[in-house]
Parts: sequence; structure tokens; C-alpha cells
Amino acid sequence: MSTTIYVPCDSSAISLGADRVAAAIAYEAEKRGIAIQLIRNGSRGLFWLEPLVEVVTGKGRVGYGPVQVSDVPGLFDAAFLQGEPHHRSLGLIEELDYLKKQQRLTFARIGKTDPVNLDEYVINDGYRGLTNALSMAPQDIVKHVTDSGLRGRGGAAFPTGIKWNTVLNTPDEQKYIVCNADEGDSGTFSDRMVMEGDPFVLIEGMTIAGLAVGATQGYIYLRVEYPHAHAALNTAIEKAYQADYLGNNIQSSGKKFDLEVRLGAGAYICGEETSLMESLEGKRGLVRFKPPLPAISGLFGKPTVINNVISLASVPIILDKGGDYYRNFGMGRSRGTLPVQLAGNIKYPGLVELAFGLTLRELLYDFGGGSATGRPIRAVQVGGPLGAYLPESQFDTLVDYEAFAGIWAVLGHGGIVVFDDTVDMAEMARYSMEFCAIESCGKCTPCRIGSTRGYEVIDDIINGRDVNKNIPLLRDLCDTLLNGSLCALGGMTPYPVLSALNHFPEDFGISDKANAA
Amino acid sequence: MTEPGIMLSTVQDITTALKDKPGALLPILHGVQDALGYIPVDSIPHIAKALNLSRAEVHGVISFYHYFRDTPPGKHTIHLCRAESCQSRGSKQLENHVKNKLAIDFHETTPDGKFSLEPVYCLGNCACSPAMQIGNEIYGRVSPDLFDNAINELRELA
Repeated sequence: MSTTIYVPCDSSAISLGADRVAAAIAYEAEKRGIAIQLIRNGSRGLFWLEPLVEVVTGKGRVGYGPVQVSDVPGLFDAAFLQGEPHHRSLGLIEELDYLKKQQRLTFARIGKTDPVNLDEYVINDGYRGLTNALSMAPQDIVKHVTDSGLRGRGGAAFPTGIKWNTVLNTPDEQKYIVCNADEGDSGTFSDRMVMEGDPFVLIEGMTIAGLAVGATQGYIYLRVEYPHAHAALNTAIEKAYQADYLGNNIQSSGKKFDLEVRLGAGAYICGEETSLMESLEGKRGLVRFKPPLPAISGLFGKPTVINNVISLASVPIILDKGGDYYRNFGMGRSRGTLPVQLAGNIKYPGLVELAFGLTLRELLYDFGGGSATGRPIRAVQVGGPLGAYLPESQFDTLVDYEAFAGIWAVLGHGGIVVFDDTVDMAEMARYSMEFCAIESCGKCTPCRIGSTRGYEVIDDIINGRDVNKNIPLLRDLCDTLLNGSLCALGGMTPYPVLSALNHFPEDFGISDKANAA
Repeated sequence: MTEPGIMLSTVQDITTALKDKPGALLPILHGVQDALGYIPVDSIPHIAKALNLSRAEVHGVISFYHYFRDTPPGKHTIHLCRAESCQSRGSKQLENHVKNKLAIDFHETTPDGKFSLEPVYCLGNCACSPAMQIGNEIYGRVSPDLFDNAINELRELA
């Protein structure tokens, strides 16, 4: 009997050499005349251990990592195929604290299975949600999603059930389901991990959404920077069609749903939902005025559900186990789990899915292990390039939408970027304005012009020119951006800029906080 | 540069195959850039005509998106991440190293036509910062040495 070995096909694992390690293992096994079955799985999300090789043994799956090509002959010599010790041994993978302490609902399968193997997906609880949905009235599907308390995981945290209900109650011959897979926020990679590591769960979630609101066509708008996710999605969609999980007669129900992946082209603004729909229509990604809401007049002017990858990928488990099951995780108005992404200067970067309610400090130190450089953590940016910078004094904030709003910060898409004490916060504030200038769609003046004036003013402050005059000017400009911009790009760029200024005034050449005001 | 005749027949094949999709312009532009490496200015009238758009509209879309280019790229395009996570792990120093090593700035191509350098704002590899992409190959925890090795390997292959 051949031994089964897993080597991840996740692009972060590949970026650290997983493809070469997989090839080396296959080569070494053949050279030694040992029969193995090599499976490329998704990543467990323990990225400091990648490439993480797992061997199936009688006791469970034994991990070895990080494995480099030069380790491979030694692993065979040490009988890793029987799970024997080696200096790369991690023991039973499911027993690692980092994994054991998590509550993986959306990420339940990721890292365990071959992402594009449909049979394995079905064996591991896949398509149970769809099976339930097929026997339900559309109103009841929407009710489960509403009851679950799921809020949009893309960043805006709008209740998903309410959005679906609006589309359901807007009659039209054609409606659309659009998946926002334009994951452009720095420090985030959970969408990518889902699409590469469990693409069927997204396909299933979109199909359920289609049944719920009466939409027959879905589009996944994927950023072009994710070639591996593109390949995995296309393979999975093809297999779903072959097995009648997509197409004109889903599982002999007479229901229809078609799905197609469309690629973006490197514009951050196309992660904004109205800009995304313009782009899908083949236009420049200019932001639209709202109202009308996309739920009433969205893609091609039709009622459209537009949701983030994680929101849609959370739907199958809600329909499988019921809205109440999902709702029982979390706190306050933040229900369910949030896949948090620990990134940047952190010792143990990775994917941590947990119910809302943990503190930022627990994530940074208990899971993250502090900074990678070993220096003190000085600032963290939560929620991508439009999220606030938080100082150490705010690390006890709970991971909860309202708790973050209470300190003028956002959870966004759950990305946390860590900086040690070598960071220059004035430079980071300048970068935020520069990024806004580069990525502005140009439709509204505060964002288009304000961002450029913004980094010019910060340049002046950094160079010590008229600081007492320029600080109020910067604040005034931020006020215009906050209140006068059409969308979140201009409207939220002041979050990182002002939080940097308020919490780290010394980096702007201001000695005390009173003068910064 | 592509021969004008080959270029036009490629553009026409792609346009004919995709023009009836809803919102066909981006898929067509991706198709052309995948096939030719860039979107030649001479292809714009053909694309515009097939989609019943003005040339200005097609040009406007090409120029809006950072990924589309209307000049031929080098043999290998390097996308270097400039975003916050990579900055927290030294991407600014890496950026200086890369620019010095290749003796070009962003949006430029080396005189020998081997490498083009483009900035990118996140590759989703933030757990392994700093990150870069060369062609479809993604690299994590990129140090100046790792960059030099990758470039030297590609130089030898070429």
C-alpha cells in the first residue's frame, strides 16, 4: 500500500518552494522504488512552516516543515513515510496549538483536501448546504442567512440577509450574483486561500445565493494578481458543470445557475462594488453614485447580489447547519467567525479563524508570537490600506465591528499588518495618500486632487516646513476627504493618515499630543 | 514587436471569439495582452469597431487599468510589491536594490529587453513579505540575494 503525502499548492507555499519540494519528493520516491501518492492540498495557513509536508500515518497526519529541497533525502532516510522523527518534525498536525485553538467554519476543509477534487469535497460535507437549499423556498434560504447574523466580510459589514432580501423582492427577468474577489487590501489573503484551497465552497455559496434571490448568472470578479486562484476556480467550475452542480438542471431540480470568472486588471478601486460592476460591464472602473443600490439596479442595470468571497463561502455551512448554528458564534452584533490574517512583521504569520470577541493582543502575541524581528511591536494596521493604525495602548480592543468603530478604526476584511519600532509613521501616512492618488478613479474631486495635495503637505511636514501651519491644513484636507468623497477610497484614506498623526505625533516632528490637535 | 499582419489576425481572432459576451471589452483586452504581451495601439480601431465603441472609449479603458500596457514588455515582467505588509519587512530597501541592479525605474524595461519592472499593490502573499512576481511565478520573503539569484537564473535561461 502506498503512503499518502500532502504538499500544498497554495501560492504562498509555492512562493517558498512547495513545487520544487513536491518534485523532489516524487523524484526521491521513484529513485528508492517507493510507491507514494502525492496530493497537492490547500494551505493550513501556518505560513512560517511552509512548505509544510504532511504524511498520512495510522495515528493521523504527521507534519514536517518548513521543508526545503535539500531536506528531502534526509526525510526519506529518517523514515518520514512512517511518521518517524526528523528535525523538521511537527508531530500530529491537528494537535498544533495554532490550529487547535481555532474555530474553523468557513475554512473547515482548507489544507485537508485536494482543492479541485469534487468527490473529496462532497465526502467532507460539501454540497450539503445546496442540497438543503434545493428543497427550500427562496424566502426560507434568505431567512437562514438573515438569522445567521452574517455581515459582509469584504469590509463594509452590511448584513448579508438584508441585501439578499432586497434582491429577492425586486422582480426582474434577469438578476445576477457577483462575487467580489478583488482582494486588494495589503495584509489580506483569506479570499485567495479559499479560492485556491476550496474553490467548490465559493461555487456552492454562489449557487445557493442564486436559488435564494432568483438569479441564474454569476460572475466571480477576480484580481489578475491571483493566477493560481484563477486556475483553481476554472478547474472547479468545469467539474461542477460536469457533475450538474452548475448549469441548466442543478441536481435534477430544474433550477439553473451559470458561473464565469472574469479578471480585473490591477485597479484597486475595482474592489469597490459599483466600480467593480462598471469594470464587469467592460468600462473604466469609475465609482457610481448610490442610490440606486446594486440590489435594485446593479450589473447591467439589473438587481444584483454582490458579496465578498468569504461572505459567500460562509453560506454553505449556514445552509447545512442552520442560521442559528452560525449565530451561536461571536459577540454582540458581530456573529459567526472572522478569518483573521496575520501579516507583515510577525513571527507566526497566518490564517486564524475564530469567533468574534478575541482581543487584538491575543492575536498578535498568543497566535502571532510578537514581531518577526524580535523588536517591540509599535503599530498595527487593521483592515487594509484604508484602516487605522493602532498603537500598543489599543491592543486590548475586541475583534468586533462595533468595538473597532468605537476607537475610530475598522476591522475591514480582517487583515492585520504588524510593524516594529523601526517604522516611521509619517512615511506610512504619506504612503496612504500616495496610494490613494495612484488608485483614485478620478470621479470625485476630494479623492482625485485631495490625495495629491495630501502627500505634498505630508512631505512638507516631514521636511519640517511650516509644521504648525501644515498640520491644521492636513486635518482640514482629511475632513474634506472624509465628508466629501464618493466612496471609501477617498472617504477612508484619512483613517490611516489621522490615526498615524494622532497616535504617533513625534514622527511628524511634534513633541506632544496636545500640539498635534 | 509583432509583425503587423500577425498582430491584426490575432486581434481579430480574439475579438471575434469574445465579442458577444456581456461586457466583452476586458476579456478581449486580456486575450490580446496574453497573446501579444501588450495591446498595440493599432489594434484599438479593430476592437472598437467590433464592439461598436469609439476608439477613445477603448483607449480610455486600456489607460485606466494599471495592468494593461500599450508598449511591448521585456521578456520577463517583474511585479514588485510596494504595499504596507511588504514595507514592514523591508520592501523599500529591496525596491532600491532592484532598481539599482536592473538600472531601471518602475514602468521601464532594461535596454537588452530582458526585464520590465512594474509596481504592484499586494500579491496576497502578505504572510511571506516582501513579495514579488516574475511572469506567473510568485516569490516570498524576497531578499536582495534571492532577487539576484532569480534574475541570474532567468538571464542564463534566456
